[in-house]
Amino acid sequence: MTATTTVVSSKMLAERAHLTRNRAFGIAFIVIALAIYGLFANDVKPEQISTFGLNQGAVPAAERLPDWVIPSYGTTMLLAAASAAIGAYQLVRGFGRATSVMLGLVALFFIFAFLTWATRDQSINLAGMLKTMVSRAVPLSLGALSGILCERAGVVNIAIEGMMLSGAMVAALVGSVSHNLWIGLLAAMLISGLLAFVHAVLSIKYKVDQIISGTVINIFSAGITSFISSKFLQVYQELNTPGTFKAYPLPGLSKIPFLGGIFFDANIFVYGAYVLLVVVHIGLFYTRWGLRVRAVGEHPQAADTLGINVFRTRYINVVLGGLMAGFAGAYFTLGSVGRFDELMTAGRGYIGLAAMIFGKWTPFGAAGASLIFGFAESLQGKLAILKVPIPSQFLLMAPYVATMIALAGLIGRATPPAADGQPYEKQ
Amino acid sequence: MPPILELHGITKRFPGVLANDHIDLTLQQGEILALLGENGAGKSTLMNVLYGLYQPDEGEIIVKEKKITVHSPNDAIAAGVGMVHQHFMLVPVLTVTENVMLGVESLIGGVFLDRKTAASRIREISQQYGLEVNPDTYIKDLPVGIQQRVEIIKLLYRHADILIFDEPTAVLTPQEADELFKVMRSLVQQGKSIIFITHKLREVLAVADRINVLRLGQVVGAADPQTATENELASLMVGRAVELKVHKLAATPGAEVLRVSDLRVFDDRENLAVDGVSFEVRAGEILGVAGVQGNGQTELVEALTGLRASLSGQLAIEGHEITRASPRQIVELGVAHIPEDRQRDGLVLNYPITDNMVLNTYYRPPFARGVVMQHLAVEKAATERVQQFDVRTPGIQTSAGSLSGGNQQKVIVARELSRPIKLLIAAQPTRGLDVGSIEYIHSRIIAKRKEGCAVLVVSTELDEVLALSDRIAVMYRGRVVATVDSAHATKEYLGLLMAGVSPDSIKPPEKGEEATAVF
Amino acid sequence: MTQAVSAKSSLNWQKFLQPLVIPALSIFTALIVGSLVIALTDLTVLEALKNFFTAPGAAFSASVKAIATAYGSLFEGSLGNPAQIIAALQSGESKALANAFYPIFDSLVTATPYIFAGLAVAVGFRCGLFNIGAEGQLYMGAIFSVWVGFTFKGLSPWVHIPFALLAGALGGALWAFVPAILKAKTGAHEVINTIMMNYIAFRLSEWLLSDKGPLKRPDSANPISPFIEKSAELPRFFPDPIRFHLGFFIALGVALFVYWFLFKTTLGFELRTVGANPNAAKYAGMSITRNLVIAMCLSGGLAGLAGANEVLGLNHNLALSFSSGYGFDSIALALLGKSHPLGVVLAALLFGTLRSGATRMQNVAKIPTDIISIIQALIIAFIAAPAIIRSLYRLKGAGEGEGTIFTRGWGK
Repeated sequence: MTATTTVVSSKMLAERAHLTRNRAFGIAFIVIALAIYGLFANDVKPEQISTFGLNQGAVPAAERLPDWVIPSYGTTMLLAAASAAIGAYQLVRGFGRATSVMLGLVALFFIFAFLTWATRDQSINLAGMLKTMVSRAVPLSLGALSGILCERAGVVNIAIEGMMLSGAMVAALVGSVSHNLWIGLLAAMLISGLLAFVHAVLSIKYKVDQIISGTVINIFSAGITSFISSKFLQVYQELNTPGTFKAYPLPGLSKIPFLGGIFFDANIFVYGAYVLLVVVHIGLFYTRWGLRVRAVGEHPQAADTLGINVFRTRYINVVLGGLMAGFAGAYFTLGSVGRFDELMTAGRGYIGLAAMIFGKWTPFGAAGASLIFGFAESLQGKLAILKVPIPSQFLLMAPYVATMIALAGLIGRATPPAADGQPYEKQ
Repeated sequence: MPPILELHGITKRFPGVLANDHIDLTLQQGEILALLGENGAGKSTLMNVLYGLYQPDEGEIIVKEKKITVHSPNDAIAAGVGMVHQHFMLVPVLTVTENVMLGVESLIGGVFLDRKTAASRIREISQQYGLEVNPDTYIKDLPVGIQQRVEIIKLLYRHADILIFDEPTAVLTPQEADELFKVMRSLVQQGKSIIFITHKLREVLAVADRINVLRLGQVVGAADPQTATENELASLMVGRAVELKVHKLAATPGAEVLRVSDLRVFDDRENLAVDGVSFEVRAGEILGVAGVQGNGQTELVEALTGLRASLSGQLAIEGHEITRASPRQIVELGVAHIPEDRQRDGLVLNYPITDNMVLNTYYRPPFARGVVMQHLAVEKAATERVQQFDVRTPGIQTSAGSLSGGNQQKVIVARELSRPIKLLIAAQPTRGLDVGSIEYIHSRIIAKRKEGCAVLVVSTELDEVLALSDRIAVMYRGRVVATVDSAHATKEYLGLLMAGVSPDSIKPPEKGEEATAVF
Repeated sequence: MTQAVSAKSSLNWQKFLQPLVIPALSIFTALIVGSLVIALTDLTVLEALKNFFTAPGAAFSASVKAIATAYGSLFEGSLGNPAQIIAALQSGESKALANAFYPIFDSLVTATPYIFAGLAVAVGFRCGLFNIGAEGQLYMGAIFSVWVGFTFKGLSPWVHIPFALLAGALGGALWAFVPAILKAKTGAHEVINTIMMNYIAFRLSEWLLSDKGPLKRPDSANPISPFIEKSAELPRFFPDPIRFHLGFFIALGVALFVYWFLFKTTLGFELRTVGANPNAAKYAGMSITRNLVIAMCLSGGLAGLAGANEVLGLNHNLALSFSSGYGFDSIALALLGKSHPLGVVLAALLFGTLRSGATRMQNVAKIPTDIISIIQALIIAFIAAPAIIRSLYRLKGAGEGEGTIFTRGWGK
């Protein structure tokens, strides 16, 4: 029995694949549009309004921005229509390379429609939410930066969680003992750098599987921080009250209406994150150091034959990643609650890794992903206030589900550096 | 004139093997010296010592009359020695400029990359030596021949005077190889000196000024390409008078066993690797598929054995359609597959010989009853086959990874040829093996043919294809450009076909050319 | 000529002991480092160190005292007090016997979930999978089995117990199925996905046991489920306070099954081959996807059984954070046991003993139980990098088969 043969050229096949992708996205957009209509617009009475506060914290009357009031029904319908329009265009023509951007846009529409629906006849402080988003995103993006530094050189670092946790504890302890926040911060970075060095030795010198050596650091950190916390920090309160870094409004920039209060009135961790993002980006793509790091991460043997010391490059990058993770860890204590609680990082290190993958191993991509995750967290807090009938535990699951979606490549294939995770053997 | 490079007494030991045994070598300025030897003779090791990737246990290196110690490639580069590796040392996601300047970057302000300066220097070199390339392209978008040019530019960018080429034609067609030889001549004319490592006699006679032959870590002879013959060189390489002919009777082909009709297959990058291939193989005959690596042979074999889905076309074994069949179904139809990459696909190196011997038959009686494996039966079969196929091993529980390449391949051959088969597909069956193993495996393949099995041999070694095949199909860019009787085929004819020259524009060879065996 | 194939070698003591050397030394070294941590965080020792130059011996003797108290109570907590045991045996009185033997039986009780969880991770490793999700799968197993436990009334224990156990295994297997299918179809690395599933499982169980949650016991203020029916409880063998129950034997039986499955069946052969060399597995006609999913689901099911075991055998209900860190501990177990069921059982007995004793160590010597995590991390490090132990103790060269599973980056 013979099957029918079809003569198919590769061009035709590629086009066919493209069409299916276009169709899939187009249908997805329309489904989202229908969801906006069905879940949100439908549940809103025409006379309801949503109020978004635009002022963060206490603002003198002169600079006070009026609340942003929008008709709930009109807005949600508009968003549904816009999404449907985008979906239709996608089905007919397709956006080509801009499809991912459109996906982001439609997702944004959905989220805003959700907010509008949730705040019908109520009000929430949008500025406050965005400010929380930024502060929640800080440890994630710093963690992602740490991951980028390591993985761009070819070393998988799953120990960011453990390094952050140790950094947090040491920051609190040393900060309390020395009564100096800066010394606490420095100590945090040093201890994480040390842990990173151990990870580097295990995985580079002893060629231990990098996931195992990372897990070792995590278990060890969890153990020793909880140990010291139980034995000392909870018993002697004076060892666990380091205080926190105060917010410092940037002159000029913090006066920008709405955005100024969110982005430019924060503590050094936030500013540090901005600076480090730019520095790492420029470093990786515009300097000699960055070129060598990327070569080592993609094709270490090529770098070796050109006289670049692969091992030294990896050691240095992993330790730098550790310093970064220490900085991130200090945020939890010295930049946020002002004391150490056991296991307070709660998986943020892993989410930082997800942000790194989401952001395709680039600093700004990771920052964008961190903002999205941060937004999810800040959203969860507000929704309880708005009496949205979804149990809060489900909203808390959102970042984790989002991570899995990102990893599944629904945002496009993410390719790590080619030599990521492979110990280098000199031939 | 004193030589530009001298190696005295270079010795390098690895655990269990003396790779270089007190080797002396001289290179005159402006000459091309060929280092000839079979796989494992020590040529690459010697050059790696010279380039600083290995440290010699004894011996000295003298460049331009000065003794130097080379601790790393940096030292070699500083002394003016450069190496074009067999497997390119290029980072695919970086541009030509970035790859060339890696390690000797031009900088702005001591920190920032100066791509413009580097790119213009690359263009200069490009023009001077006839190595056309666009500095801003990404390596992954360049064809193999151009990538090799980038490798050469890398060396010239660093002012190398002594260039080492390690098996440079492994991935080139004969025509591309001739282009390369032209470039080498040009380099030498402009004052460079070249060492050229190869195991291919034809190339050595084509381009070298002098030849040194290595065997088992020692220099066993020097030769003059003007006067040496292939047979003489082959004997030096192997150490005995080499039988250059494989004895086989004329084929008596029977019924058709494998039919391939208009097959199209994508490769990993979604390019069309196999573009409308059709052929048949009959019982009792050997069809050889010749071609330079990368013209679709790998994907063809993968499609035939069920390891890769085909786009369109039909495959049939004795009339049974196998176009969409799984590897297991194909095996059950009586097909044996000796894979191209024995360590990656053909064996589990951590497993003992016993497990490897039943790797694709473990689920059938007598090796299993239902889901329960019968270890006694497995061990019995393994013992028998190890003896039958002359596998040198301390025991059947030895892990496959501890065996030599030749013995590993013998385990695979033993496994595949011990069950009743109608079709044998052998892909690069003797790649990287020593002479003894090569002869053995060839004799086994011929024996199967005598038994009436249909055989498909896919090999990039033209000599192997010529020696074994009754008919030869040449693949170029995914198509079979010609199918000839091996009696009517010469290396030159096949080489031209492999390079894409249309069969109509070649004068067919005269009958009477003998096939020559590989060593 | 081929050499004669050597006859099966007789039991060679050296061959038997050789693979135990590194694990034994790893444990020993880890305990030494642990003792350093204990000493240096002991207040008496720290005080004595302040006066180091005036009375150097004081620091040393204080350290020894701290370490001895710590490990002494660890020993007593895990295996019992020898004097007490002898006295009880002499008196023959049941209450005294119960108290004297309580520690050792309780170590077995603590070891039981470790056996299940260690097997879970080991099966994953055998297929090249890194299942860090044992914790979440354990929770799901507990949830499923507790629901079966308190929902069905009037069943015979012969029916109810297997039913509840199977439910637990199903819960864990389902939870592992998601990362498994994601890996098989999209190549997404199971490390992050299983960790994410863990956190989702925690939140899910929080909701299930919250005030309006479906699993909450109606007449209690705490986030706790109803008690399971008596017919679902795993029987105990000894009077209170000894909690030793059938679960231990079930665990041993399961370990035996896993051994048989991995090494004596075609399915196990396929699974191990996919883990050892996926390319060769494909060549051999094995389905990578199918084996990955089977391995993960089997792994999840085993972890689910760990949760079911705790619910049905120990607590008889489900409360929040009823389990503490089994997920990561079981990674250490699988590594220590070289992913072999026998090794896992032995390692689980060791860890269970340590954990069990740690509670007493915390009560008596005031050492937080987290010290066990520290010791575990060190054990994993030493096992994974045997070269460290070798250079510390001046041992000779690498044995074969020391490589553990080599996973690659983020999903190739």
